[in-house]
Formats: sequence, C-alpha cells, structure tokens
Amino acid sequence: MADVTASPVASETGLSKIRIVQIMLAIAVILTAARPILPDFLVRLPEEWIPPLAVWADAFFNFIIDDLKLAVLTRWFAEGPLEFMLDTTANLLEGKRRWPFLGPIPWAAIAAFAAVIGYYLGGWKMALLAGGTFVWTAMIGQWKIAMQTMSVLVVAAPIAFAVGLGLGIAAWKWARFDRAIKPILAVLQTLPFFTYLLPAVIFFKVGPTAGAVATIVYAIPPMILMTTLGLKKVSPEVVEAGKMCGCTKFQMLTRVYIPSARTEILVGVNQVIMLCLAMVVLTAFIGMPGLGAKLLAMMGSFKLGRSFEIGVTIVLLAITLDQMSKAWVVKQPEHFERDTPWYIRRKYTVMAIGAFVAFFLIAQAVDILDTVGRKQAWSKGKEIDGLIKGFLNIDFVQAITNWLRWFLNVWVLIPFRNALLYIPTPAFILGIVAFCYYLGGKRPAIFGAIFFTFVAFTGWWDRSVITLYAVISAVILSMFIGIPLGIAASRSDKWSRRILLACDTAQTFPSFIYLIPAIMLFGVNDVAVVFSIIIFTTVPLTRYTIEGMRTVPAEMTEAADMSGATRKQKLWSVQLPLALPTMGVGFNQAIMFAFFMVIIAAFIGTQDLGQELQKTLAGTELGKNIVLGMNVSLMALTFDMTIMAWSEARKKALGLA
Amino acid sequence: MSDEAPVISCKNVWKLFGPEPEKYLASMEPGRSFDDIRADGYIAGVKDVSVEVGRGEMLVIMGLSGSGKSTLVRCFSRLHEITGGTISVEGQDIMSLPEKDLIELRRSKMGMVFQSFGLLPHRTVLENIAFPLEMRGQDKHERRERALEVCKLVGLEGREEYFPRELSGGQQQRVGIARSLAIEPDIWFLDEPFSALDPLIRREMQDEFLRLQEMLGKTIVFITHDFDEALRLADRIAIMKDGAVEQCDTPDQIVLNPATPYVKKFTEEIEKSRVVHARVLANPINGSVPEGPTVRAGHTILQLARQLVNDDRDEVPVADKNDKLIGVMNRQEALDVLLGKGN
Repeated sequence: MADVTASPVASETGLSKIRIVQIMLAIAVILTAARPILPDFLVRLPEEWIPPLAVWADAFFNFIIDDLKLAVLTRWFAEGPLEFMLDTTANLLEGKRRWPFLGPIPWAAIAAFAAVIGYYLGGWKMALLAGGTFVWTAMIGQWKIAMQTMSVLVVAAPIAFAVGLGLGIAAWKWARFDRAIKPILAVLQTLPFFTYLLPAVIFFKVGPTAGAVATIVYAIPPMILMTTLGLKKVSPEVVEAGKMCGCTKFQMLTRVYIPSARTEILVGVNQVIMLCLAMVVLTAFIGMPGLGAKLLAMMGSFKLGRSFEIGVTIVLLAITLDQMSKAWVVKQPEHFERDTPWYIRRKYTVMAIGAFVAFFLIAQAVDILDTVGRKQAWSKGKEIDGLIKGFLNIDFVQAITNWLRWFLNVWVLIPFRNALLYIPTPAFILGIVAFCYYLGGKRPAIFGAIFFTFVAFTGWWDRSVITLYAVISAVILSMFIGIPLGIAASRSDKWSRRILLACDTAQTFPSFIYLIPAIMLFGVNDVAVVFSIIIFTTVPLTRYTIEGMRTVPAEMTEAADMSGATRKQKLWSVQLPLALPTMGVGFNQAIMFAFFMVIIAAFIGTQDLGQELQKTLAGTELGKNIVLGMNVSLMALTFDMTIMAWSEARKKALGLA
Repeated sequence: MSDEAPVISCKNVWKLFGPEPEKYLASMEPGRSFDDIRADGYIAGVKDVSVEVGRGEMLVIMGLSGSGKSTLVRCFSRLHEITGGTISVEGQDIMSLPEKDLIELRRSKMGMVFQSFGLLPHRTVLENIAFPLEMRGQDKHERRERALEVCKLVGLEGREEYFPRELSGGQQQRVGIARSLAIEPDIWFLDEPFSALDPLIRREMQDEFLRLQEMLGKTIVFITHDFDEALRLADRIAIMKDGAVEQCDTPDQIVLNPATPYVKKFTEEIEKSRVVHARVLANPINGSVPEGPTVRAGHTILQLARQLVNDDRDEVPVADKNDKLIGVMNRQEALDVLLGKGN
C-alpha cells in the first residue's frame, strides 16, 4: 500500500507521473512556439471575457459599509477606545497634546528603564544593547519620530497578542473553528501589506488608527498558530495531573494549559512584536508619521546619509526588541530561599522603577537628558551623505555597479521578463501546473491550476507575470549566493554559528531597510528592485542551507567517511540529498519573502501588481485593491503549497520527520 | 482483605478506541479476540475487565507496555470515559456522576502519581504540592501549612522553593507523590511511578513508598511492568495482556498456579521460593501433628530453605506469628518450590 502511493512511477491512470509532466510541458512548449499563429484568445484572455471582479468586490464592500453599517461599528472603535489608547501612549512617549498631558517622558528615564529590563533578561550585554539603542536614538536626534513609531507599537502589539491568544485558544478547543480559520490564515499570511492598509483606512479612519489596525491584523496569524501549537504540545500527563487535582475547565486553561505552553506563547509574542515593528514602519505609505515616514521621505529625496541613520535606528530597535523578547522566552524562574524579603524577590522591579524615577527627576534639572534639541543632536547626515556619494562616485565602484546594472538588465532581467511575457496564458498556467504536480503531487497541482486561472481572469495577467518574473529571477540569483555560502559556513561550527546569528539578526530587520542599500548602489530602477529582493531572500536560503547541512545525522556522514568518500562525494551523495528537504523550506521562505518585498519595492518604481496596489492607496478603490492583493496571495500560496508538500514528503521518505 | 464492600469495583469494563466505539460494542458478537477487534478497526484498550479493590488493599496491575494497564487505571478515575460496563467507587457509579461531582470526588478522595511526574513547570515545589488544595479553594495560609507538612513527609525539606527543573528525577517524583497526598486521598493511583528512575533510586523510592503506605494505609492501585516491583509491593497482582486481565490473585498463587500459558511464561523466570510463603503451602491439620520445631507462616520458602533441607520429617508444622498452629506443610512440596520439580 504505502509503496504504491509513495512511488512516483505508478498512478491510477496508468501514465507515470513523469510522463504526465512531460506531456503538459510539451503542450506548453508547442503553444508557446505557435504563438504567432494562435488565435488571440489563446494568447491572452480577451477583455470582454474578464469579469468585473473589482466592481463586484466594491459592491460587496459597499453593502457591508453602507447597508450593514459595519463601518459605523469599526469607526466607533477607531475613534473611541483605539484612538484613546493611541493618544495616551503618544502623549506619554512623544508629548502629543492629549490626555493625560504628562508627556513626553524624558528619554533618559526610558533608556534607564530599558537598560534595567535588559539586565534582568540577559545580563550586562543586553543592558548595554537596550540602553544603548535608546541613547543612540536620542542623541542622533530621532527621539520624537522613534517614539511616534513606538507609541503605535506599544498599543498594537498587546492587542494583537490578546486577540491572537484568544483565537488560538478557540482554534485549539474547537476543531471545526481551527479548520475554518486555517485557509484564512494562509491567505492572510501571503496577502501583501498594501492590501491590509486600504481596508484599514476605509474601516478605521486615516492616520494612526488605520495604521494600528492594519498592523494588528498583520501580526495576529502567527500568534494564533503558536498558541495552538503550544497548547497541543502540553504533555498529557500534566493535563491528567491537572484533572486529578480537581481542576475545573477554566482552572485547567488558566493554571495548567497556558502556563505549560509558556515557551510557544512567548515565541508568539516575539513574532508579534517583530511583525508589528516591521508593519508600523510600512504604514508610512498611508501617511503615518514616525521612523518609516521619515525614511520614506529621505529616500525619496535621495538623502542617503539621513536614510542611513534612520535605518540604523530601526535596525537597533529591531535587534533590541527581538533579543529582549527572545531572552524572555528562555528566561526560567529562579528560586529564592524561604523567607526572602519582597524587595529582594522583586529586586529587578525595584531597580527598574528606581532607575526610571531617578532619571526622571534628574532630567527635570538637566535639559539634555530630557530632550535632545536639533542643534545638540549628533546627526551627521550631510557628512555621511557626502561620504556615501563620494564612495559611489569612485570610478572603480561606479564601473562595477554600472557593469552589474548593464549586465543584469541586458542579459538577464529584460530577456527573462520578455520571455515570460511572450508565453501565452494557457501555456504559462500549464507550465506552473506541471511544476506543482511534479514537485507537490495532485493537490497542489489542482490548487495551482485554479489559482492561476483566477489570476488570468482578474485581468491583471501581465502585471502578475512581471511580479512573478521579479520574484523568480531574484530567488534564483540569491540561490547562487545563499546556497554556496551556507554550505561553506556549515563546514565549521564557528562559522555556522556566526552566519546563523547574522541571518537571524538580518531577519528581524523590517523589510523596508533592505531598500536602502539597493537604492544607494543602483539608483531607481529594475536592478535595484531585484537587488533588494536578493538581499532579503538570501537570508533564509543561507539559514536553512546551514540548518539542513547541520542536521544531517552524524552517523551518516561518519558512514560516508568510513566508506572512503571524498569531501565532494560526501557533499553530493550524502549531505545535500539529506539536507534538501530543509533547504526546500528555506527556498519556500525565500519565495514568500520575495513576494512580500517585490510589492514594497513598488516604491522604487515597478510595473507590476505592487505599483497598481500602491496607486489604490491614494484613493478608495477598495475592490481593485483586494483583487490585486488576492492575485499576489494566490500566486504565493501556489508555491507555498507545492514546495511544502514536496519538503514534507521528502522528509518522510528519508525518515527525517 | 476485609469483608466490607470493595472501594473500587468494576464489572465487565470495556474501553474501545475507534470511530464509533459504543455502537460497535453494542453490535459486537461476544467472544471476539483483541486481534479480531483490531481487524474491525478498533483497539481494545480494556477488554471485559472485572476486578475489585478492597479497603486498604494494594492491587498491582502489571503487564507489558500496550497491555492496557494505564488505560484501566484511567478508567477508574474517569480520566477516560469507558465504552461499556460499570465502575463504582465507594458504591457510587462514577460514570453517571455529573462533572461537578466528579471534580469533587477527585478533589476529596483520589490522588494520582504519574510516570513522568506531570509537574507544572512554572510552579515551585511547594506550589505544585499545594496545587490540588488551591483548586478546591482552600485559603492560602492553610494550604501552605499542609503543603509544608507533606513536603516534609516525602523528605523534600529545604527544597520547597525549587522549581521542578532544578530537581533530580527521584526528587521530582517525590513532589509528584507529595502532591497526590496533599488532599489526604482515600484512593491512591500510581502509574508506573518509579519506571523513569535509575535502578538505585528506584529501590530507594520503593522503600520510601512502603514506609508511607505502612504509615497511611491507603487503598492503592499501582501499575508497573516490573515483576520484581510487583512482588515486592503487592497484596494482589492483576496481570494484563491485550486489554484483558489474565489472572488476578496473590503473588504466591500466581507463581504457584498460573491460570493461563501467558502468565506461566511470564512467571517462569521468577525464583518461586522467594515469593511463596509457608502459609500458602500449609494444608489443614489432618489427624496428628508432627513433633518438633515449627516454621513461620509468614516466611518465604527461601528463608526456610536451610531448615527444610535439614529436616527429615515428611510433614512440617506451620505456625503463625503468635505460635498458633495453622497447618502442616508437605516438605516435598516445599522442596519442589525451592529446587524445581525433579525430572
């Protein structure tokens, strides 16, 4: 039984899998070759066949907004409790003139507070990182904009956490609910961020509220997944022990399940924080003030020095938040001897409050600790700007970037794009389905066929193909960098650790950051787009290559050594085949990242779906926005399903799972 | 053990795992074996089991892994819902209890110890021990007092504020035991409590357990897959295979008269003389009592080996600890137990 289903040779129709794939590809090639003589409707769907999906979606949303009056409810929430919370934090952190009229809190007090928390979580290093980040932010003169960003973050992250936790518990408790939200979560996780923004604006008012809502919605899915995962993993004996202790259902949940799932839930918290940060930065596109908006403005006017400084601030904040929340995950409670007084048991709380109060008071007397004025800031924007531009103007550097730009454009990107655009729609879909079927099997193939046919019928085919072209070319190019780098690093423990650390750190950066070097080096064009995606996607590829190589069981490499394999033989016939399923996961993540980045890169100027999406943000074309977003999501999901199905099947076949 | 009604009594208990167990059981023809049932797509976790546990008795359930012993014990406490049959605890049919009463029963009468301890990782030793007291809403001061007391009882003094991960396996199981004793249960379930421990620690914990049992005199259901452990602790042993109880009897009877080939095979390797007591071999006094020294009823044949080998009487009188004669033992029979049947 098992053999038949696992073997790629036999299938019910009598045709082998390979043969079916060959036939599909052959038809695709014939259709492409015959393009000049094909009837028009086989090349591209005629305009009149395309259903007015956007109009229908608009009608649907109008129904919700006007007839169901849902918008009244959401707007009430936005203008009521949400705005109140945002105003409160904005007052405290950046001094917006709203209730409770206390802020802004002196920066030194916040930095000191953060340093003590850092010390509690991870010792002196973490204290230095946390305190240092805030000192840098203040000194460089970006305190206010950083706090604008933070004031949204500190509201959005707890809400996303609470909602995610609640939904995660519900999904764990009711299998039917779990099944119902799984596909929704899958779509939400691949939906481009711009598609979150416009509905948020329409339902929740322009400005910080819409930004906060979009951010919250974006950060919820991983929290749900981690909660469900953690609750499922609680050991059955602990559960039974709880029951035997006479817990009621509620006691079981709050005192047994949730505390026992602490680790996974805190990992969820880490993800929530990081996603929130990444998204708050991106809400600059709907005009939310803060680090993102400043970065957008600076990059728009090609002020590289200031962009660089803001980039450093964002990166520092990201690393600090990530490291601190990760340290919290592994932080285990430590015991005190009996009868230890409370101020020793709670010494970190006491220290944190003490440091906060002390610096608060000192700052009343010492102005520089309260606010760093424009003149006092250490910003060296102009000088750095000059330095970078000078560097880029060196003949040698310019020769390299120019050559790269020319080479990639003329010999790689443009020919590839034109080739993809040349393929008739049915042939393209057939090719995709063949790929899905070959790698993932029937299910992904069927979904791939449906999804891509949908894309064709939305009328945005060419732009979708251009999106896909950027994704594919960037991922393939980054494979040439990431995989060799990963393999080389995996040879030694020391380098594996270093590169993994670098990758982990790089993954915490908000995606927006990756645009900075791309624009610096290549200016505003296609090469910069692809380049920014390449940097972004090389990270997961490298990471999972190392991980795959490192998890090859030692006995197998030892067996290869004892069989007299050379290093090369060992690599090709033992390590790579065993590492491949894990590398597949990295490849998948790279594609997902690429889809994400290519939309953001619309900022540089592209002709793909992202560009259209960005245009919709200016207006109220909600229907079009959703349709475009679905296109991106469906294409991404096709790859996701296919590659993950392949990776899992391989892992099972190799006995690694 | 005594004449009063059994504490736990289960009759024809079935626990089937599968898509529609109740329906299947109702329509199942009697006499289907474990494998037949598996072929129908169900797993018989517990198969038509009837046993009773008397007050103050220690029943040891033993069998290989997968034989259904853990499942059976979880049916006793209704951690599993049974598919068929009845289970009553202290005369109450536990299957018909509403959830509230079931929780009350567990809060007041039952304690359970788990193989991998089942401790809550985020609570200190003391908080773990006090957990069942907290669940039933005892006030903070009282439960701390009680927890300290039990903590001392299991020898964990000075470790009250430790977290489970800071303790060794043996110490963690002491916490598990203390937690199960905190509410002063009448019935104590122990699911392979010492299996996860090193042999040396295991021995130490068994001694500790016997000490506690002597002190507390609870009704106990003890699960193990280790025959030596079973023999050391049990009043009665129930041997399980494929969900069914093959034999339920005293250790002496199990080694002397195995009921099924499976039990026979199971007990083959056991040194019988270490298990069988003189009491069991004593026949009623029939006519005259042989002259000379008596043997103690409570001694094992191994303990009496030297005396039996040197004795030259055919019949040896057996006396209880008050030197009252309770019967005579056939010396040849006793020597057969000691040396194996001659061939």
